Amino acid sequence: MQNSGQRFVILGIFTVVIFIYLVRLFYIQVIDDNYKLSANNNVLRYITEYPARGLVYDRTGKLLVYNEAVYDLMVIPKQVKDFDTTSFCEIIGISKEEFEKKLKKARTYSRVKSSIFEKQLSAETYAVLQEKLFKFHGFYVQPRTLRKYPNKIAGHTLGYIGEVDDKLVAKNPYYQSGDYIGVSGLEQSYEVELRGQRGVRIVMVDVFNREKGSFSNGEYDSAAVSGQNLVTTLDLELQMLGERLLENKIGSVVAIEPSTGEILAIVTKPGYDPNLLVGRVRSKNYAQLLKDELKPLFNRAMMAYYPPGSTFKLVNALIAQQESIITPSTVFPHSFVVGSKSVKCHPHPGGLSLEGAVQYSCNPYFCNAFRAFVDNRKFVTSENGYKIWRDYVLSFGVGRKIGVDLPHELEGNVPKVDFYDRYYGKGRWKASTIFSLGIGQGELGITPLQMANIMCIIANKGYYYTPHIVKKIGDKTNSTRNLSEKHVTLVDASHFEVIQNGMQKVVEAGTARIARFGNVVICGKTGTAQNPHGKDHSLFVAFAPRENPKIAIAVMVENSGFGATWAAPVASLMMEKYLTDSISRPELYERMIKGNLLPTKKD
Amino acid sequence: MRKQKSIFENIDWLIVGIYLVLVLIGWVNIYAAVYNEEHKSILDISQNYGRQMVWIATSLVLAIFILVIDGKFFEAFAYPIYGFVLLILVAVLLFGREVAGSKSWFEIGAFRLQPAEFAKFATNMALAKYLSTVNINMKDFRTKLVAGTFIIIPIAMILLQNDTGSALVFCSFIFVLYREGLSQNVLIIGFFAVLLFVLALMVSKIIIVSVLAGIAVLAIALLRKTRKNIITISVILALAAGVVFSVDYFFHNVLEPHQKQRINVLLGKDTDLKGAGYNVNQSLIAIGSGGLTGKGFLNGTQTKFDFVPEQSTDFIFCTVGEEWGFLGSLVILGLFTALLYRILFIAERQKSDFTRIYAYGVASILFIHLMVNIGMTIGLLPVIGIPLPFLSYGGSSLWSFTILLFILVKLDSYRTFILR
Repeated sequence: MQNSGQRFVILGIFTVVIFIYLVRLFYIQVIDDNYKLSANNNVLRYITEYPARGLVYDRTGKLLVYNEAVYDLMVIPKQVKDFDTTSFCEIIGISKEEFEKKLKKARTYSRVKSSIFEKQLSAETYAVLQEKLFKFHGFYVQPRTLRKYPNKIAGHTLGYIGEVDDKLVAKNPYYQSGDYIGVSGLEQSYEVELRGQRGVRIVMVDVFNREKGSFSNGEYDSAAVSGQNLVTTLDLELQMLGERLLENKIGSVVAIEPSTGEILAIVTKPGYDPNLLVGRVRSKNYAQLLKDELKPLFNRAMMAYYPPGSTFKLVNALIAQQESIITPSTVFPHSFVVGSKSVKCHPHPGGLSLEGAVQYSCNPYFCNAFRAFVDNRKFVTSENGYKIWRDYVLSFGVGRKIGVDLPHELEGNVPKVDFYDRYYGKGRWKASTIFSLGIGQGELGITPLQMANIMCIIANKGYYYTPHIVKKIGDKTNSTRNLSEKHVTLVDASHFEVIQNGMQKVVEAGTARIARFGNVVICGKTGTAQNPHGKDHSLFVAFAPRENPKIAIAVMVENSGFGATWAAPVASLMMEKYLTDSISRPELYERMIKGNLLPTKKD
Repeated sequence: MRKQKSIFENIDWLIVGIYLVLVLIGWVNIYAAVYNEEHKSILDISQNYGRQMVWIATSLVLAIFILVIDGKFFEAFAYPIYGFVLLILVAVLLFGREVAGSKSWFEIGAFRLQPAEFAKFATNMALAKYLSTVNINMKDFRTKLVAGTFIIIPIAMILLQNDTGSALVFCSFIFVLYREGLSQNVLIIGFFAVLLFVLALMVSKIIIVSVLAGIAVLAIALLRKTRKNIITISVILALAAGVVFSVDYFFHNVLEPHQKQRINVLLGKDTDLKGAGYNVNQSLIAIGSGGLTGKGFLNGTQTKFDFVPEQSTDFIFCTVGEEWGFLGSLVILGLFTALLYRILFIAERQKSDFTRIYAYGVASILFIHLMVNIGMTIGLLPVIGIPLPFLSYGGSSLWSFTILLFILVKLDSYRTFILR
């Protein structure tokens, strides 16, 4: 039976089908690229290698912050098989309900991809868990690190880290969900240096998400680079002493090395143990600290505005000299009367020249000097006089951010002309209206950091270096900020001698005799800042030794009365400790430590 | 009739060559598909690739055995062999072992045998034997009935084993019947029935029937309005409408749930890539990610890491597509095309009707396997679990395809002797 027509039909059908298949194959294999992407998504897993965050040391090489290993417990729901959930829950310390909830959450995310089951298990928990981990199919641990603070000090300065939120991940391409980032203090301002560089390992996985080796022999992998260590300018011993002295008080201490701007100690009280804001307990503790009436989270050293009180007389004296309003030998009448008001003074010898006025903190003297400046005819108007006075003040690092390498520094307040124009009306105010600025009261607001910086300026006779907290990054000098630039004030060096003389007398024979120790020549000035809300703030600023100063300090103790009672002893003890590495007045030390000036808490 | 000088006289070496190349390609790709770091040797008997080597070796023995025995044997014993295989099909229903829902396996020690595979060449031989009988005419109803019965019986028994895929293969004999004189209308009707079936699943039935009715009215208007024409067209329309409206019944009451799902996946109605659509999707990803030249030997991540299911048996083509790319696919399809053409060429050069019909059967069976298997992996046909001839892992299938093909080689080697 020769039936050639049919044989070609059959041949044709075979050919057409095979041809259609070839076209389809050409399309999916050569033209359409989607399948390549899908294949990569199937098989490639990007595993993040977390770098260890940099450590933080004090200026003498003592450890302030280190890393503690913790373990994130991960789960791949698909691989979870029946197991002893009771003992599992016991080990990691969760309830059965929590267990079910967490597992369900992980399942919702993905059955084959891993997700965090329980964060930050301690090394102890991990040790117990590890023994039995082989029984818990689908679970494994991923090492992470947590910050740890051996000395429980300087919480505000060191700062803390937290997990990045979605907003940040969207904004900053470096961060991925699950990363940690510095949210305050050093951790924030030196985040880039501390965090290091995340690494990635690309592995291939099979259908059960089991690792099957590295992709392309690790060609595209990158190793994690550890964060750089920081050497801070803090002196651990001094910082600890400062925190101990201000225990149960509200206030702050800032100590700076005048020749460099290095911050030796920066204390704000009440504070908190930085270990409280780490890991799983952070949010709970944070909420608690936030509720505390004494505001332990508030960094008074850089954010609290205080009227500088008598300590500001020094600045006024310098400015007035520069404009030749006064000379060291100028004498003012021992009274200052404006209308019905008169400024009173402590009992002290009359007819004081500038040095004596500093020594005895003579209020009328400085009110007179301030009025002589602002209302001076050479400035034509009081308004212009004030403007010039204000420019001088700002050159002392007041009323503006100094640029410390810590976040959340505030400017302080030296009112502008507009402020008084608005308050009193344009042209309706003059020196006698705002004379209290002459003695550091009124609208002035200065942070303890700025007060300490003023001390540096006086110690250096006219200049300062930007106060800063980080000396070295890794092995190199901190070059992230301009720290070697000398900031010169508008007052010539020659005008500082008489001020230092007066300040030396304050300690030797004036209001702050309590601050004396050894044969160190100390220049200091007490202040008592009037506080509309309660008892006056006690304030003391100083530097020592007078020749070649090593430490400038500002101490503020809220609601504690005269500067000499609390602030001066604290400053003195700290200077002694720093300069002589000893405390020669144990009774004074005891008295300071035991003093409890906290308001009685309302229940 | 004279005796052959040697068993290798008149052997069609082209077919044998293509066979050997396909089998070797299959072996290498099985190795790549289930490659196991711990068992690197391709000869490791504990792995599929090691076992496939055993199947290949025994297949070659079978091939030589077929070449050695007298070619007349197959024609003479076509019916007994067919009968014997039917008995085995009954036996497997009674004593077989169920694997993946199909009760179609005999288990003998560590080996498993699938009798349905052997029913293919047995049916082919019986059909060839019957249709080559003198005075047979495909136009006769009786001939159609008997030939149909030869095919229907194994289909029924295999369906009883719940092995739809293998049963479907027997539909390929339609080509044989067509070649031997069955009206082309059968092919056309079959084609349109399938088309209507698919359309009915995708488009509203009312629309289809309306369009068909429109065409019918148009046809009647254009053709001579003889009584015969009108009746014919009306009957066709009625049958078509019947097909369309019975689709739902067939779909919901005859098909198994998984079969329904597979058809839905193919038609894009079921897009659950983690469920029913998983296999096809992963298979497409494997083949599609191969690109022009492929990822290279042992570098196919889709198959090596088990994303593709059944990667050494039904989905072996994924490994080819992924590791050797479009060029690899082209080579495989090219080899099969060459093989099919060669078989059809051989068929037509026979003086023996039996050999010619048998050859058409071989080509048809191979073609339907090729079409269904590769069509499934590239998402053009629903998932139907039948192997890719010579390449897929499995003793039963390799043996049966070897027997199927080498009986043809043997029969063909007699082409110069037999006069009929």
